[in-house]
Amino acid sequence: MLLELEARKEPSRSMLYLTPVIAVLLTMVFGAVIFTLLGYNGLAAVREIFITPAIDIGRWPDLGIKAAPLILIATGLSIGFRANVWNIGAEGQYIFGALAGTGVALLTWDMEGVWILPLMCLAGIVGGMLYAAIPALLKIKLEVNEILSSLMMTYVAVQLLYYLMRGPWMDPEGFNFPQTRLFSDSQLMPEIGDTFVHIGVPLAFIIALIAWFTMSKTVFGFQVRVVGAAPHAARYGGFNKNRTVLLSMLAGGGLAGLAGVFEAAGPFGQMVPQFPTGYGFTAIIVAFLGRLHPIGIMLAGVILAISYVGGEIAQTTLGLPNAAAGLFQAMMLFFLLATDILVKYRLRFGSAAPGGAK
Amino acid sequence: MTNFTRRNILKTAGAAATLPLLGTMARGTAPLKVAFVYLGPIGDHGWTYAHEQGRQAAIAQYGDAIETTIVENVAEGPDSERVIRNLAEQGNELIFTTSFGYMNPTLKVAKRYKNVKFEHASGYKQSKNVASYNARYYQGRAVCGTIAGHMSETGVAGYIASFPIPEVVQGINAFTLAARKVNPDFQTRVLWVSSWYDPAKEADAAKALFDQGADIIAQHTDSPAALQAAEQRGLMAFGQSWDMSSFAPTAHLTAIQNNWGIYYVDRIAKVLAGNWSTGSTWWGMKEGAVEMSPFNDRIPAEVQAAAIATRDNIIDGSVPAFAGPISDNTGTERLAAGGALDDGALNGIDWYVEGVSA
Repeated sequence: MLLELEARKEPSRSMLYLTPVIAVLLTMVFGAVIFTLLGYNGLAAVREIFITPAIDIGRWPDLGIKAAPLILIATGLSIGFRANVWNIGAEGQYIFGALAGTGVALLTWDMEGVWILPLMCLAGIVGGMLYAAIPALLKIKLEVNEILSSLMMTYVAVQLLYYLMRGPWMDPEGFNFPQTRLFSDSQLMPEIGDTFVHIGVPLAFIIALIAWFTMSKTVFGFQVRVVGAAPHAARYGGFNKNRTVLLSMLAGGGLAGLAGVFEAAGPFGQMVPQFPTGYGFTAIIVAFLGRLHPIGIMLAGVILAISYVGGEIAQTTLGLPNAAAGLFQAMMLFFLLATDILVKYRLRFGSAAPGGAK
Repeated sequence: MTNFTRRNILKTAGAAATLPLLGTMARGTAPLKVAFVYLGPIGDHGWTYAHEQGRQAAIAQYGDAIETTIVENVAEGPDSERVIRNLAEQGNELIFTTSFGYMNPTLKVAKRYKNVKFEHASGYKQSKNVASYNARYYQGRAVCGTIAGHMSETGVAGYIASFPIPEVVQGINAFTLAARKVNPDFQTRVLWVSSWYDPAKEADAAKALFDQGADIIAQHTDSPAALQAAEQRGLMAFGQSWDMSSFAPTAHLTAIQNNWGIYYVDRIAKVLAGNWSTGSTWWGMKEGAVEMSPFNDRIPAEVQAAAIATRDNIIDGSVPAFAGPISDNTGTERLAAGGALDDGALNGIDWYVEGVSA
C-alpha cells in the first residue's frame, strides 16, 4: 500500500479553502495527543484553548480586541502579497504609524475636541505609508529586495521608539519611567457602551470588508492580482508594475499604521517601549491562514486570537505552561504549510501502478 | 467539587465546635483565591522565579486556606489588562501583578472590580484597592559593589540594564559608590538592553562589555545569560533576583535575592484577617526582603568580611547605601558629607554618580 502524490491539472479550489480547516483540525488532534503524552489532560487542553474562548460570549470582547490589529495589518499585507510584493516589515510600519499618532496626541495634550482622534488616525495612516514607501522606492529605483529592507526598517522603528520614550516624549511627571503621558479623553478610542471594546474593533472588520470590495471589484484590485499572478501579461496589458508595487506597499503600510494608532489610543492609552508585541509578524501568519482573502483573514485573525486567549485560560484552569499556546500556533502554521501540497497535488492510495506520477 | 463536599461535611459536622475559631477567619471556610501575574516564564531563574518562590512560601504557610493561580509570560500592556480582568472575573480575591508595566492596566481593572484587592510590584501609583510594593535592591547592589571593588583587576565593571527608571538608576549608583569606596578609580559602564528578559541580548551585552575591558558584570535584567558568558570567558558576574550559581559555578560571586515570600505571607494574612488596606511598601535587607545568596568560595575571606560589613552597616543604619559625599558623573556635588539621600530623592533619581558612564 503506497501513498502517492499526483499532480493536479489545476489547483483545487475546494482544497484551497479546505486546507486551513484541515490544518486547524490536525492541530487539535495532535495537540491533544502531545499534551496527553506530557501528562496533562490533552482533550481538556484543546477544549480550553480552542473551544472555551469561542463559545463563551464573555470572552468575545477579548477576542475582538486581540484580533482587530491582526486583521487590519493582514488585510493590508494581503494586497501586497497578491502582487508578489513581500512586505515583511509591517511591524515597523505599525510602530511608525503609532508614533505619528502619538506625536499628534502629545502636541494636543492640553486641547479638547472631536477632531483630535481622527487627526491621530490620519497621522497614523500617513506615517505607516511613508515608512512603507522607503522599501517600496528602494525596490523600484534601486531594485533592493523589499523582504530585507522592510524587515530591517522594523528594527530602526523600534530604536526610534526607545529613543523617543527615553528622551523627548517621556512623561515629565512619570518619575523618569520611559513612557509618554496617558492620552486624554479626546485622544482615546471611545469604548462601545458599557463594554471595554473600543471602536477600532468593528472598524477593523469594516475596513477588511472594504478591502474585499476594492480587491474584487475595482481596476486597482484587478491590476494587483494580474501583476502578481502574471507579470508578463500585466505588462502587455499596459499595467505599470512599479506603480502597483508602490500602491500595494502603501496600502499595507497605511493599514499597519492605522492599526498602530488604534492600539495606542485604544488598549494602551499611551505610548510605551513595550508597544511592539509582534502583531506585524503574526499578521503574516493570519494573511496566509486566511488565504489572502479578507473574509478568510477575519476568520484567521479570530482563530489566532482564540489561541492567545485560550492559552491564558488553559494556564489558569489547567495549569498548562504558557508555551502551550505558542506550540499550538506553530503547529497550525506547520500543518497549513504541510497540507498546502494538497492544493496542487492529490493523494492516491494504492499500488505503484505504472504510469503513476513520479 | 470533591473538596467542596468534604468541606461542607466538615462545616456541618463541626460547626458548633469550630465557631470560636472562626473569629479571626472572618471570611468563612472557602479557600482564599490568590492569583499571580508573571512577566517572564517561571524558568527565567531570575525575577519571575523569585516571585514564584514567594508564592511557594505562601502555600507552605497557608496550605489549603489559599488557592493560588498563576499566569506566566504576560506581556505588559493590553495583554496584561485582559489577563488581570479575567483573573478578577474568575473570583480571585487578591491579585499580585508583578511587573512595572502592569501598573496602569491593574489600576484600570481595579476600578471595575472594587471588591478585589490588587498588589502591584515596582510601580508608583496606588488606589483604594491597589497597593504597591517593591524591595530595596540597591542595598544588595552596595554589597556587590564592595565585592567588585576588591575583586576586579581592571577596575571596570559592566552593568547590563533594562530601562533608566529610578529603581535601576539606584542600583547602578549604589553599586558604583560602594566599589569606589574600595577602589577610588573604579568605573561602571552601563549597557541598556531595553528589555527585562531577553537572554540573547543579555549575552551579547555581556560580551560587548567584556570586550570593552570589564572583568565583572552586574545586571538589572532577569536571565542568567550574562553569567554564562562570564563563565565562558573565565571572568566574574553577580546573579540577579535569585541564586544563579548553577549556571556559572565559577563566575557567580553572589546574587541579590528577592525574598517576596515574607511580603506575600504578610499580605495574605491581612486579607484572611479582614484588615487589608492599600499602601506602599518598600522593604529591604532589614526586613529580609533582600538577601545575599551564599558567597562563592573564590572570594577571599577578608573580602567576604568587607561585604558582610557593608550589609550590616546598611541594616543597622550606620552607613546607608547612599551616604554623602556624593558627586554625579558631571562633577557636580549632589550631597554633602554626613548626609544621606532620603526615599523621596531616591524615588526620583535621574542622575548617575561619579564613575558611571551610562
